[in-house]
Amino acid sequence: AFERFDPDLMLVGASCTAELIQDAPGGLARALNLPVPTITLELPSYQKKENWGASETFYQIVRGLATEAPAPKLEGAKPSCNILGATALGFRHRDDVIEITRLLNQLGIEVNVAAPMGATADDIRRLPQADFNVVLYPEIADTAARWLERQYGQKAVRTIPMGFQATCEFVREAAALAGVDPEPVLSQHGSHMPWWARSVDSNYLTGKRVFVFGDATHAMAAARVAKEELGFEVVGLGCYNREFARDVRACAAELGVEALITDDYLLVEETIAALQPELVLGTQMERHIAKRLGVPCAVISAPVHVQDFPARYAPVMGFEGANVLFDTWVHPLVMGLEEHLLTMFREDFEFNDAAGPSHLGGHAKVEAAAKPAPEPEIAPVAAQIATQETISVLNWSPEATKELSKIPFFVRGKAKRNTERYAAEQGLETISIEALYDAKSHFAR
Amino acid sequence: MSDAVTLISPTSEARPVLRERGQREVFCGLTGIVWLHRKIQDAFFLVVGSRTCAHLIQSAAGVMVFAEPRFATAIMEERDLAGLVDANEELDRVVDRLLSRRPDIKLLFLVGSCPSEVIKLDLSRAAERLTKKHSPSVRVLNYSGSGIETTFTQGEDACLVAMIPEAPVASEDAPASLLVVGTLPDIVEDQFARLFNQLGIGPVAFFPPRNSQSIPAIGPNTKFLLAQPFLGETARALIERGAQHLPALFPFGAEGTTHWLKAAADAFAIPELHFLAVVAPGRERAKRALEAQKQHLAGKSIFFFPDSQMEPSLARFLSRELDMKLIEVGTPYLNRQLLSAEMEYLPETVTLSEGQDVDRQLDRCRAAKPDLVVCGMGLANPLEMEGISTKWSIELVFSPVHGFDCAGDLAGLFARPLYRRSVLKV
Repeated sequence: AFERFDPDLMLVGASCTAELIQDAPGGLARALNLPVPTITLELPSYQKKENWGASETFYQIVRGLATEAPAPKLEGAKPSCNILGATALGFRHRDDVIEITRLLNQLGIEVNVAAPMGATADDIRRLPQADFNVVLYPEIADTAARWLERQYGQKAVRTIPMGFQATCEFVREAAALAGVDPEPVLSQHGSHMPWWARSVDSNYLTGKRVFVFGDATHAMAAARVAKEELGFEVVGLGCYNREFARDVRACAAELGVEALITDDYLLVEETIAALQPELVLGTQMERHIAKRLGVPCAVISAPVHVQDFPARYAPVMGFEGANVLFDTWVHPLVMGLEEHLLTMFREDFEFNDAAGPSHLGGHAKVEAAAKPAPEPEIAPVAAQIATQETISVLNWSPEATKELSKIPFFVRGKAKRNTERYAAEQGLETISIEALYDAKSHFAR
Repeated sequence: MSDAVTLISPTSEARPVLRERGQREVFCGLTGIVWLHRKIQDAFFLVVGSRTCAHLIQSAAGVMVFAEPRFATAIMEERDLAGLVDANEELDRVVDRLLSRRPDIKLLFLVGSCPSEVIKLDLSRAAERLTKKHSPSVRVLNYSGSGIETTFTQGEDACLVAMIPEAPVASEDAPASLLVVGTLPDIVEDQFARLFNQLGIGPVAFFPPRNSQSIPAIGPNTKFLLAQPFLGETARALIERGAQHLPALFPFGAEGTTHWLKAAADAFAIPELHFLAVVAPGRERAKRALEAQKQHLAGKSIFFFPDSQMEPSLARFLSRELDMKLIEVGTPYLNRQLLSAEMEYLPETVTLSEGQDVDRQLDRCRAAKPDLVVCGMGLANPLEMEGISTKWSIELVFSPVHGFDCAGDLAGLFARPLYRRSVLKV
């Protein structure tokens, strides 16, 4: 490989199977005595996972190469920083780096090196020349950034600029480290997101129950945007990377929910089924779960499939990123007017629960054709709800079941759970229509 | 449960109402189609009008134009304006095509618009002619939803008036029956049907029906309750058919619903104790749910722009049950007879206005600095931009808001924009 590709740097590591064979590839590579740096990676593949591997590798590269002490700064030179963390197969990393570079340039800050995505071995050597670091993706860059801080005193901007407010905070933080004035940039942000969220069309988004899951960075940032910028109610928050479990727990506590730290998708599925959210923000996997449970979903984090590496410019960070988030998250929801009419008129043969949102076409026709006569329709609904049961099984009177089926699908699950909780608290054996409405007014407070 | 319910009789003294004319910001009656076509499942609404009418319906109906709709516009073109005979032939041709394409349609409304009214296209005669041609499979009716004659919800009023002649005649010796008039969400209809059943009132029918084949019979022993305040003409047409109107508050909130049910209970001689026993659980639930919304609404001032004629009733509910402060209550049309009970319950301090001169009204609104403004979509976002919280008024027509079990939801509609403003940090 060295002869054929003539690289500036070689990485040597073992796969899971090779790890069992114990050939010590690092030692072998050293013995070859190649004329370029060779970095040996110790990646315990039976304990750690992808993000840790990327983070460790990046750290070892930085540690191995970034050995030049910073040169004295020239008079009148612009403040500079590195953008750390973007990688191949990162969720929207390509456009996030463009967006954040633009933002930093507007502040008058130069980007010294963006790494690892797009960087060469020489670029890594120049890392210490910057005044500070921007840690865009802690999952990848946190370890390396901490080492750079210890070694060269480079401070790091740790606010993740995802969402409008977080971007503003990021701008202030970067400006403080660079010693520049953030106000011109903040006053001309040009983002449409705040007005979009405030306009009356968004009124119906208030209190929509949302479940957030993904890598810790994106999940925490998304939860904040969901609550403070779109007015959703965050009913669940979790991540699959244990390395950041503590941060996620703290964030969840602030939101008044319990954090779900797991890499078991079945547990995620159970949690979603129990919480009955109206929207799921998650990964490719949550998309499957949401589809199965019939809940709208948008993707906020890796792992993702090819459609989330779009051809168009689609950052999720910075001011443009805030615009993208708004569009992406609202799109899967049933729009205001249709939601109202679904609530008012239950018997429509064209617009009903089974037909799905009119603007997400394709499946409506097929379902409508397969729809049974109105009377037997009630039974499947009840059966389907019963399978999603998580609280102890209670008896629903046929009338109450029928009444429940009149509640529109996006809030029906929640209504059912609340009613059962209420019935359990009151010690009711059978749930009647009265109990259904008693529960409704009980939980209105 | 000591508070007995008594119905108040209207007093003779008329309170002052600010009457205004000028620029108006309201919908025309065509918009009623948006909810009526969903309520009456086998009806089709064919607007005879211009491209403007078609654009309006498309914008108002929003996403629903993507599916197979049950409304459309026969657009008048230049050659239709040349001679009226030609226009009638054109209309027949359009209707033939439409009905052959949609054999599931049993009731067709030809809906008049400003252009068709101005050129005096006789749609009622066209409806007669087409009924003859297509009966018995399809009935063709006509009403006007033009902006010249109707405002927003008055379109429903006109539509219901057109349907009344279709109702079977109930004989003089038919048992007393109750008719609930006005489009209600299906779930609310079911809630009311259960309450009437428990009270021992019946048979109860709802108008408009969910299906054109089941229009209820009307006769001298029919007593009717209006569920909506905008049905003045319908009420008159029903009275002409011999039905008796039961005047009441409209069923918004715990108080309004109790009063409304009481009007029916008295007409059917239901004993007071039985009435109280039946309504108590619902009334308690409503009060409990309202208590939860009170924290957001009590003491807040509110200003209503005219839109649906529901404004005085909603204002009464907000002021009496949620302690909101009323500044001005605008309504496109104030039917003093139907709203006499409501007006009794409105505080003396509130300005009642009928009609609109929108610039002047906006000046009054800005000067009053209300906490919440109820207005149409045309004004809502501009006022939000000025920092004034708004409640988009159309939503009040498009949500289940009647009766005990929707009282909390109704209050929630007003609380939500205020709550949203408090949570958003962008």
